[in-house]
Amino acid sequence: MKKLMMATAAAALMATGAFAGGHSKEVKLGVILGFTGPLESITPHMGAGAELAMKEVSDSGKLLDGVMVTPVRGDSTCIDAGAATAAAERLITADGIKGIMGADCSGVTGAILSNVALPNGIVMISPSATSPGLSTAEDNGLFFRTAPSDARQGVVMTEILMEEGIKEVAVSYVNNDYGKGLADSFQAAFEAAGGKVTINAAHEDQKADYSAEVGALAAAGGQRLVVAGYVDGGGSGIVRAALDAGAFDSFHFPDGMVGAKLEENFGSEIDGSTGQHPGTDSPGAAKFQEMAGDAFDPTSAFAAESYDAAALIMLAMQAANSDDPQVYKDKVMDVANAPGEKIYPGELAKALELLKAGTDIDYVGASAVELIGPGESAGNYRQIVFKDGKITTAKFR
Amino acid sequence: MEFLNAFVALSNFVLIPAIAYGSQLALGALGVTLIYGILRFSNFAHGDTMAFGTMATVLITWWFQSMGVSFGPLPTALLALPFGIAVCAAFVLLTDRGIYRFYRRVKAKPIILVMASLGVMFIMNGLVRFIIGPDDQRFADGARFIVTAGEFKKMTGLSEGLALKSTQAITLVTAIVVVAALFWFLNKTRTGKSMRAYSDNEDLALLSGINPERVVMVTWLIVAGLATIAGVLYGLDKSFKPFTYFQLLLPIFASAIVGGLGNPLGAIAGGFVIAFSEVMVTYAWKKVAGYLLPEAWAPDGLVQLMSTDYKFAVSFAILLIVLLFKPTGLFKGKSV
Repeated sequence: MKKLMMATAAAALMATGAFAGGHSKEVKLGVILGFTGPLESITPHMGAGAELAMKEVSDSGKLLDGVMVTPVRGDSTCIDAGAATAAAERLITADGIKGIMGADCSGVTGAILSNVALPNGIVMISPSATSPGLSTAEDNGLFFRTAPSDARQGVVMTEILMEEGIKEVAVSYVNNDYGKGLADSFQAAFEAAGGKVTINAAHEDQKADYSAEVGALAAAGGQRLVVAGYVDGGGSGIVRAALDAGAFDSFHFPDGMVGAKLEENFGSEIDGSTGQHPGTDSPGAAKFQEMAGDAFDPTSAFAAESYDAAALIMLAMQAANSDDPQVYKDKVMDVANAPGEKIYPGELAKALELLKAGTDIDYVGASAVELIGPGESAGNYRQIVFKDGKITTAKFR
Repeated sequence: MEFLNAFVALSNFVLIPAIAYGSQLALGALGVTLIYGILRFSNFAHGDTMAFGTMATVLITWWFQSMGVSFGPLPTALLALPFGIAVCAAFVLLTDRGIYRFYRRVKAKPIILVMASLGVMFIMNGLVRFIIGPDDQRFADGARFIVTAGEFKKMTGLSEGLALKSTQAITLVTAIVVVAALFWFLNKTRTGKSMRAYSDNEDLALLSGINPERVVMVTWLIVAGLATIAGVLYGLDKSFKPFTYFQLLLPIFASAIVGGLGNPLGAIAGGFVIAFSEVMVTYAWKKVAGYLLPEAWAPDGLVQLMSTDYKFAVSFAILLIVLLFKPTGLFKGKSV
C-alpha cells in the first residue's frame, strides 16, 4: 500500500513537472491598499481594478510563456506607517511577491518605499499617492505612480478657480502628506496667479467634531472653501459643518473628495461647487468601464489607475523577459510611453504578444498613462461641477 | 446692532456647536464614569458600545422608514431609539455574562478588566463593521433646521446668520431630560441608592444585603441606554461611521477624567469643559473683534490664539493641569 502511494505521488510529481513549462509557474504581485481606514470605501474598487488586469494576463497565458499572476492583498491602513510597512514586509518575505501595486496614501507609500521596497529591491507602482514629496524621494528607479503629483493638481485647480472668477478662497486640508502637499502647492500656484488664500488650516481626519475648524475658516472668509481632504473622513465633516453653520455655500473639491459619497451626503446643497480629479476622456476609460461590468465600480476614484499600475508591472516583466524587479524596473517607462503601438484596457494579451515579438508598445490604458520626470503620470484631470445634486463633467484638461 | 452681530457670530460658530458637542460628550462620559464608579474599571469598549447601539437604532430606523412610519418633523430615529437601547442592552449584558463576570468572580485587578474591555472593543468594532459596513450612514430625516443662517438674516436684518439645527436642539433637550432622570434615579430610588452604596463601599454594601449582580446588571442597562442615546444624538447631528465612534473614545475619557472619574456631575461638567476649550481657544476672533472694536482698530490678522491643529492639545493640556493640581478631577471623583 505504502509503495503504491509513493508511486502515485511520484507519478503526480512527474506529471506536474511535465506541465511546469505550461502553467504551473506563478508570479505573485502585492496589492497593498488601505482596505481599512479612511479610504476603505474606494479601495475595494481599486483592488478589483488591479486584480482585473492580473486575471486578464493570467487568462491569456502569454506572460513570460504562460506564467500565472496571483494577487496577494495587504492592508496599508492608509494612515499607520508601521502597519503598512509590516504588511509589505510580510508579502515580500512570506509570499515572495515580485512587485507591489500600491500603496494608496502618500504617507504610507513613502514609508513602504524607504523601509521595504528599497532594501528589498522591489518595484512599486502606486495608483494614488499624489504627494509632491514623492517626486524627489530616493527610489533607485524602483518607484513609479500612475497618479500625477499634486504639484500639477495645484496648478489645474488654480486654472479652474480663476476661470470661474474666484479670487479669494479659504483652504482646509487634512493633516497628512497628501493634504499638506496639495494645499501648499495650490497656495503657491494660486497666489502666483494673483489670487488670495485667506487661511490655509489643517483638520485632523476622522474626528468627532469640526466646529472649531469651521469657526476659524468662516472668520477668515473667502468666496469658496477648498477642502483638500477625504470624502470618507474629515473632508465631509468639514463640508457638513460649514453648510450647517452657513459659513460657505460653495466648495472646491480636489481628488480625495470626489466620489459618489459626496452626492449621497450633500446632494443639491452644494450645487455650483467645482472640483477635479484625475480622469480622462480617452477611449481607454470607456473600455475599462465596459470590462468591469457590475463586478465593481470602475468610475470610483483611482480604480482605473490601479488597473494601469498592475498592467504596467506585468508588461514591464514581459518587455524585460524577467520577473526580477532589478531587471524589469528599467522597462516600466518604455512600455508606458511612446513610441509604439497604443494599448488600451482589454488588450493586454495583444501587448504581451507584441512585446514578445520585440515590438514597442505605448501603454495608454484606462487612465491615459504618460509617465514623466521621475516616473509619475503627467496627469489628465476631469473637471467637475455640481448640478442638481449630481457630479457632472465640465471638461477634461 | 454691531454688538448683536458679534453675539450672533459667536453663537453660531462657538456657543451652539460647543453646547451640542458638549452634551454628546457629557452623555458618553456619564456612561464611562458609571462603569468606573460601580464596576471599577475604565471601559475602553464604550466608544464601540455607542457604535453598536447606534447601529441597532439605524437599522430599526430604516425598517420604520421602509414601512412609512415617521415622527412628523422629528427624526424617526427617536422612535427607534428605545428598541436600539434594548438591543444594545441585551448585547452588553451578554458581554458581561460572558466576560466581565468571570473576572469579577476571581477578583481580578482593574487593569485586567481594562484589558478585557479592550478585547471586547475590538470584537464590537469588527461586529459593527461586519453588520452595517465601515461606511458613513445617514439616517436623519424630518426637519433639518429650526432656523437656517439665510432665514435668520432675512428675519432679523443682521449681517450675520445664525443656524440652529433641529438635531442640536434635540440633543440639548434629550441630554437635559436624560441627566435629570439619571440623577433622580440615583438619588431617589432604592436601586439607585444601592448602586451608590455599592460604589462607595463594596463590602459594606454586601453586608447590608445588596445583591451585587443586580447592581451590576442595572448599571449595564443604564450604560447601554446612555451610550445608545449619546451615539444616536451624535449620529443625527453629524453622521454615523464606526471609525469616528471609536475615535470619540478619547475626548469622552478626557471629559470623564477632567470632571473626576466616578462622579456623574463631573462627567457632565467635563464634557462641556472639553467641548468649549476645543472650540473657544482655537476660534479666530477676527469677525467678532471687527464688530466690537472701532473701525480703526479692526484687526487684519485672524486674531487666533492658536491654530485649530492644536485643539486636541488644548483639551489634553487641560486634562494634564487638572490631574497635576486636582488628581481626582474638578469634582471629587475616585483617584486614578
